[in-house]
Amino acid sequence: MANFVMPKLGADMNMGRLLSWSKNIGDRIERGEIIAEVHTDKADIEIESFISGVIEKYLIEPGEEVPIGTVIAIIRKDGEVTTTNETPVEIAAAPTVAPDLSKRETMTETVRLHISPVAKKLAAELGIDPTQVKGTGPGGRITREDIENAAKTKTEKPAPDRQTGMRQIIAAAMARAKREIPHYYLRTTIDLKRALDWLAQENEKRSVADRLLYGVLLIKAVAMALREVPELNATWENEQVNPKPSINVGIAISLRQGGLIAPALLDADKKSLDELMQKFRDMVQRARAGRSRSSELSDATITITNLGEQGVEEVFGIIYPPQVALVGFGKIVERPWAVNGMLGVRPIITATLSADHRVSDGHRGGLFLSALDRLLQEPENL
Amino acid sequence: MTYREAIRAAMRNALQHDPRVFLMGEDVDQYGGAFAVSRGLREEFGAERVRDTPLSESAFVGAGIGAALGGMRPIVEVMTVNFSLLALDQIVNNAATLRHMSGGQFSIPLVVRMATGGGRQLAAQHSHSWEGWYAHVPGIKVLTPATVQDAYGMVLAALADPDPVFIFEHATLYPMEGEFDDSSGAADISKAVIRRVGGDVSLITYGGSLGKCLQAAEALAKEDIAAEVIDLRILRPLDIQTILASIRKTHRAVIVDEAWRTGSFAAEISAQIMEQAFDELDAPVARVCSAEVPMPYAKHLEDAALPQVAAIVNTVQGMM
Repeated sequence: MANFVMPKLGADMNMGRLLSWSKNIGDRIERGEIIAEVHTDKADIEIESFISGVIEKYLIEPGEEVPIGTVIAIIRKDGEVTTTNETPVEIAAAPTVAPDLSKRETMTETVRLHISPVAKKLAAELGIDPTQVKGTGPGGRITREDIENAAKTKTEKPAPDRQTGMRQIIAAAMARAKREIPHYYLRTTIDLKRALDWLAQENEKRSVADRLLYGVLLIKAVAMALREVPELNATWENEQVNPKPSINVGIAISLRQGGLIAPALLDADKKSLDELMQKFRDMVQRARAGRSRSSELSDATITITNLGEQGVEEVFGIIYPPQVALVGFGKIVERPWAVNGMLGVRPIITATLSADHRVSDGHRGGLFLSALDRLLQEPENL
Repeated sequence: MTYREAIRAAMRNALQHDPRVFLMGEDVDQYGGAFAVSRGLREEFGAERVRDTPLSESAFVGAGIGAALGGMRPIVEVMTVNFSLLALDQIVNNAATLRHMSGGQFSIPLVVRMATGGGRQLAAQHSHSWEGWYAHVPGIKVLTPATVQDAYGMVLAALADPDPVFIFEHATLYPMEGEFDDSSGAADISKAVIRRVGGDVSLITYGGSLGKCLQAAEALAKEDIAAEVIDLRILRPLDIQTILASIRKTHRAVIVDEAWRTGSFAAEISAQIMEQAFDELDAPVARVCSAEVPMPYAKHLEDAALPQVAAIVNTVQGMM
């Protein structure tokens, strides 16, 4: 038996509310299949199962909100017989974000809450989340009075809606980034003539629906350049760098209702441009519909932000912790450009790198940007 | 009227109105009882009905059981709770069991009275509170009058009961003055009584500790903590419903009992609260009991060993 727990879908997620189960009890589920849909402050996210087996039991009902790490389902792994006496093996859900030490204390409190029985009962009756209540009893125990006070405050102050919640999450992540990460910034301008010419040729061969966008070339080129400077494809956690074997490129997507989300294209360096294009379209659509998948949201190893559509020429972004680098692209502009002693009008894009100086130095960052430039000059090899 | 006089009045009343009633015990005759409870009764009712016994608790408690079996209504006075241990076999194996073992053919309408508790510098052999032990035994009733009125009414109620009833009189209460209504008759011996109403914490106690709890409640009131004081009155059968109703209101409970806490009646009450009112608790049930030492003789050490008002107040403050 394996315990399926409420996954941590972002550095600042503490609770998740189950929206629906995708399978019935007794159904087979394959590794990677969607098991549930979960609502977080950020989005409604489809959770993938990490193991294959048969759904033995659901421990929470749709609508219930539980702290991350709470066992929400039990899956009977292949070859196992049904038994109620077995102690389930603890496994995490698919997204395996390494534990954030700064949050560990909070998490422990969430699991072993010091609350009196009557306070607990009252909290359930009044719909108060006791994990959000500060205990004033002996040893910090949450008492009946604390819950009553929380109920009063609650009725005075409506709960923040999702927009407010997302704003708070972005605020927390960005403030943490600026507080903790010693950023350095590099900029280069890249001639995109060859890349865009090649793209135009390629797109002539394709139906309208299958045409490639230049953004996909940028994504692939970033992924390939990261192979050459792998220290930028990593996370910084527990005071040390954790190199990441897969290159999962997070794409910052602004949402129509405000806010942004950065789901990842997994293994972007290994995917063909067509595959990337298809995945990218699908991912953007789902992200805007608020239906990102758990692995997309938790597994990014670097982020790209492209503000070209908004008409800005360059963007120096803030790194999304615990990642250690962020690549920015501005809009493509036509500029007089000297090539081999000849002046011509060329489509130019400004690429920037924001990187964590704890992990890499300007020299390596420079190599990354020049690799990016070189790769974009050989679009046929992408 | 004092607590002592109330018991005497009840016994006089019974001796006057029921020829089956008689009193026996050590020194109850000429001397008037070790605590002067029976003083004057010998003169009034004669040596036949107010009888001295040899110093043999097992024998005279056993004789009381026999007399009850034979149709009498004996009141047996055991000088103090410590000496009752010598009669334990008669109490546990005979008084408590004969109705059951005879298939209901025999009952034992026996009343046994004894002084209990510490606080009088009588040291380690004369300061026990064994009423919790007796409350362990099915087949007997255990009464702990804490007021003058109960001292009177419980004697009459015990005599009216068809089964063995044990009355534990805290020795510090004998000189206590109190309200008394001699037309009241037998007391109700099925219910605990709320002696002070409050909404913040339930002080659960009986006998000699009732006064300390009322004083503690008074002190707590000055700090805006409203303590409810429950006088259990009867340890067996325990009126748990009154306790639970109080806790459903206050959500906190402190049990104050002069016995030692380990394996105690206070522990039993605490367990029943956990079993039946867990979801009502806002704090763990607390106990104020005697220090787990043989009772010291020295006044200051005895005071330190017994539950005191300050300890009750501190315990309540610590759980708010």
